[in-house]
Amino acid sequence: MNALKTVLIPLICGLVFGAGLAISGMTDTRVVLGFLDISGDWNPALLAVMIGALAVTIPGFWLAQKRPRPALAAKFHLPTATNIEPRLLTGALVFGIGWGLYGYCPGPALAALSTLSWQPLLFVAAMAAGIYAERLSRR
Amino acid sequence: MQMTALYAPLLGGLLIGLSALTMLGVLGRITGISGILGGALGGEPNSGWRWAFIAGLVLGQPLALWVSGAPVPAPSAAGWPVIIIAGFLVGFGTRCGGGCTSGHGVCGIGRLAPRSIAATITFIAAGMATVYVGRHLFS
Repeated sequence: MNALKTVLIPLICGLVFGAGLAISGMTDTRVVLGFLDISGDWNPALLAVMIGALAVTIPGFWLAQKRPRPALAAKFHLPTATNIEPRLLTGALVFGIGWGLYGYCPGPALAALSTLSWQPLLFVAAMAAGIYAERLSRR
Repeated sequence: MQMTALYAPLLGGLLIGLSALTMLGVLGRITGISGILGGALGGEPNSGWRWAFIAGLVLGQPLALWVSGAPVPAPSAAGWPVIIIAGFLVGFGTRCGGGCTSGHGVCGIGRLAPRSIAATITFIAAGMATVYVGRHLFS
């Protein structure tokens, strides 16, 4: 039962998530940058991915949260913050700049590790450094 | 605009949404990749599910490409300094802003959280501005 919750289900969910990123073209930086380039030949693929995902999560999350607890866990672990503070928008701004510079957000960067090319390896290493730096900046 | 073959991004988005819905409905977890990676790297207790999800995420692309027969996306032509800066900003920004394309864009908007809607608009706008500056003012 414990292995189901801590290994099997998250592993399968990760596989499905990664497969979804791959077949939708999100692990190809040209597709993502084509979406972010509004002055060129705009590529709507990322918008289609968002529509497909939200078509599941908006009704699905609403239904799931009507239950008292998740199927195999004691409680829902949900973010508690509700205010739109400068920190949120500053972080989103910094993330957006990095995203636009190369075309990877965290999911596609991790999914692209499987190619064993040096680019995603270097990107993920730099991303981990950014995560540690942010953690240090909070102290 | 490139409208060709939007069914693949839509299908990929549905898979991403199903993954996120299973994580919430079964395990009570929000599928934010930057949050999952940050928690795993930061040594959060009981991170087994985080590492299992990341392992699945990495293996998802080879699985999808094996099934579909599609080629591995070629890495971007950007050089290592751009990759290091972009990766660092993505890591720092997503943790500072409390989420990325999945955590805010798919799950947060899925919960209709105003914070996530504000963050998503901000990082997409910042990404678009960055691509515009990089492609049209500096090249």
